[in-house]
Amino acid sequence: MFDINKLITIPPFSLKKKEKQKIMEDALFDLTYHHYKNCSKYQKILDGLNYNPKKRNKASEIPFITTNLFKDFELKSINKNEIIKTITSSGTSNSDLSKIFLDRLTATNQTKVLTKIVSSVLGNKRLPMIIIDTEESIANRNFFSARGAAIKGFSIFGNEIIFALDKNLRIKYDVIKKFCKKHNNEKIFVFGFTFIIFKNFIDKLLKTKKFLPLSKSVLIHGGGWKKLIDESVTNNKFKNLIKKTTGIKRVYNYYGMVEQTGSILLECDKGNLHSSIYSDVIIRNNDFSECKIGQKGLVQLISVIPQSYPGHVILSEDIGELLGEDNCKCGLKGKYFKIHGRVKNAEIRGCSDAYE
Amino acid sequence: MLMSRDKKIFYLVGQENINKNPLPPFDKIICEFLNDLSNKIDKFKEILKYPDLKSFSFWCRKANIAKYKKEFEDGKVRMGLGLAFHITPSNVPTNFAYSFVFGLLAGNANIVRVPSTDHPQVEIICKTIKNLLNIKKYSKIKKMNAFIKYEKNDEITKKFSSICDARIIWGGDTSIREIRQFPIPERSIEINFADKYSFCILNSNSLEKIKKKELKNLAEKFFNDAYLLDQNACSSPHLIVWLGKSNEKIKKVFWNEVHETVKRKYELATINVVKKYNNLLKDVIETNNIKDVKRYGNDLYRVSVQKIKSDIEKRRGAFGTFYEYDCGKIDDISKIVSSKFQTLTYYGIEKSKILDFVVNNRLKGIDRIVPVGRALDIDVIWDGFDIEKNLSRIIDVK
Repeated sequence: MFDINKLITIPPFSLKKKEKQKIMEDALFDLTYHHYKNCSKYQKILDGLNYNPKKRNKASEIPFITTNLFKDFELKSINKNEIIKTITSSGTSNSDLSKIFLDRLTATNQTKVLTKIVSSVLGNKRLPMIIIDTEESIANRNFFSARGAAIKGFSIFGNEIIFALDKNLRIKYDVIKKFCKKHNNEKIFVFGFTFIIFKNFIDKLLKTKKFLPLSKSVLIHGGGWKKLIDESVTNNKFKNLIKKTTGIKRVYNYYGMVEQTGSILLECDKGNLHSSIYSDVIIRNNDFSECKIGQKGLVQLISVIPQSYPGHVILSEDIGELLGEDNCKCGLKGKYFKIHGRVKNAEIRGCSDAYE
Repeated sequence: MLMSRDKKIFYLVGQENINKNPLPPFDKIICEFLNDLSNKIDKFKEILKYPDLKSFSFWCRKANIAKYKKEFEDGKVRMGLGLAFHITPSNVPTNFAYSFVFGLLAGNANIVRVPSTDHPQVEIICKTIKNLLNIKKYSKIKKMNAFIKYEKNDEITKKFSSICDARIIWGGDTSIREIRQFPIPERSIEINFADKYSFCILNSNSLEKIKKKELKNLAEKFFNDAYLLDQNACSSPHLIVWLGKSNEKIKKVFWNEVHETVKRKYELATINVVKKYNNLLKDVIETNNIKDVKRYGNDLYRVSVQKIKSDIEKRRGAFGTFYEYDCGKIDDISKIVSSKFQTLTYYGIEKSKILDFVVNNRLKGIDRIVPVGRALDIDVIWDGFDIEKNLSRIIDVK
């Protein structure tokens, strides 16, 4: 079975296409066969789609499953008693919850991989950390648990942590100012969800014409742009407003899904999202053929982490665009790409919704 | 557009106080009005952009209404019931118009709730009706009809329900269940179009000998049945039962031709591609006797099943996903037919044989037996009953 520890000594954005391909193919072959043997529903899918998991194939040929399937079914490749954590997420397209089952190994690997990827921008030392969210988000288990899980996941990079918002999502100025004073000349790690940062932090600071001195800090944020697109806030505008209200210059967006926690796709210094040696991205046309560089299409995400559930190859409902591979001006290797937001909703014809 | 006093109901045609007194079914003035309506819509300059408008105008043309009239007349004296309240589906743009004509032909006054989503077809039809009703000779009909629009609102639905003589709900089960909470007067009747399941029988022996041109024609007809309404109409086929010898070669010829038609005529929004694929994966997980899945890109999915059980009606294809079953003789499938079954489209088999199958096996389902290509042809006989006769009362004169 593929062991993630073999990759852990390799810098996460250092491998060129060919070297990465070999590692990916080995890992995905093992994972696919593992899930085939241990998850009967996954087995039915592969059998149904006439896919032979005993044959080694290109990563792009392994059937992908949809994110919605985690809402419709409990998909797991472990026994019930091995589950140590269940992550739930509402997603967007319907009200059902996705359920992701973690065992000790997968949970540990998520942390290991996240650490490798994030330390490429934060460095290896733990830092003072400001979470732009409320402490409730991790205290209350009924809260958005994917959000709570991400906060907990990123908290491992902090040695002293404060939450910047109170339970009503109002800025705790005194607490932040005191914290800034204490860590005056240090690099601070600021983390949060894109929309919350915008709505409950930047926007409030702008409206009250306040400035929080965090210029030496690094901000990492994720969680999607859907709501910000509605307010026509682009990544650039977001960065400018962050700089204006806090002085932070190093701002990194990340893209990831609850189904593939850990192997996040991180923005580089040139503003592009990158896949690491733990993940891959394929953009697909409506007929599922692969898009060329510069073509928009559905985002398929690959992660070598999931062992406790069959989430290693997933089709998202996001639209993305591949920008290139191995040749980003930032110097990092791997595919780099852009996310254009969620697929537009469309009408379904038919005759069974008279009362809506 | 007029707004009602409570400002939640928009009157596209007509107004709040309507005359609920009925007319005799197929009254002369009604038939004249429908003939005018057909002509006016037909002359609409952008008619070619909307094939469904064209179908509607063709359907309510003089000759067709005359035919219905002839079929209707059975020597009994009838009158409309009074006021019919129609709740029509939001995703078939012209359905509300058919429902209205059903109500009107039977001699009723009508309140038609049109789709709350915006369709140009709705606007065109309502405008045409409004203009026609302003002609003096139609003043009688004008007072009897209203087309309204409102966002889902229980109070409004309750109000209209409480005063109607007939309530017509165009499905599905959830809508019917919800609306049924609101009582209608004791003597009033209800016509509900519940969720239905439809399927298709193809005879491979006939297909073996089919000529290229006829095959193309058949594929296009099948396409219309299945794809025109995203395989989401109550009469769109989900299951294909193959009669005759089981021969993949023959099937392939058929499906390849269907695929060509789909490629030419069908475009699926990206989100629906994901939904279609997700639906396939779901079915693969939930179905226990799948023999084989064949995908033609994302244009067409075929799922052949080894065995067929009564739960097949839960397997509903989406956007062109078909379950296939090889069947030695037609009687073998009698066990799957429940009262949920509506339309059976056929090719290469005598309709009398299918009728015998329904009668001899004493089936509770299958309300329509029509050739491939006519699944979506709406008719005054629907879901097993005569809508005109149901929407009128007999005056027994002795």
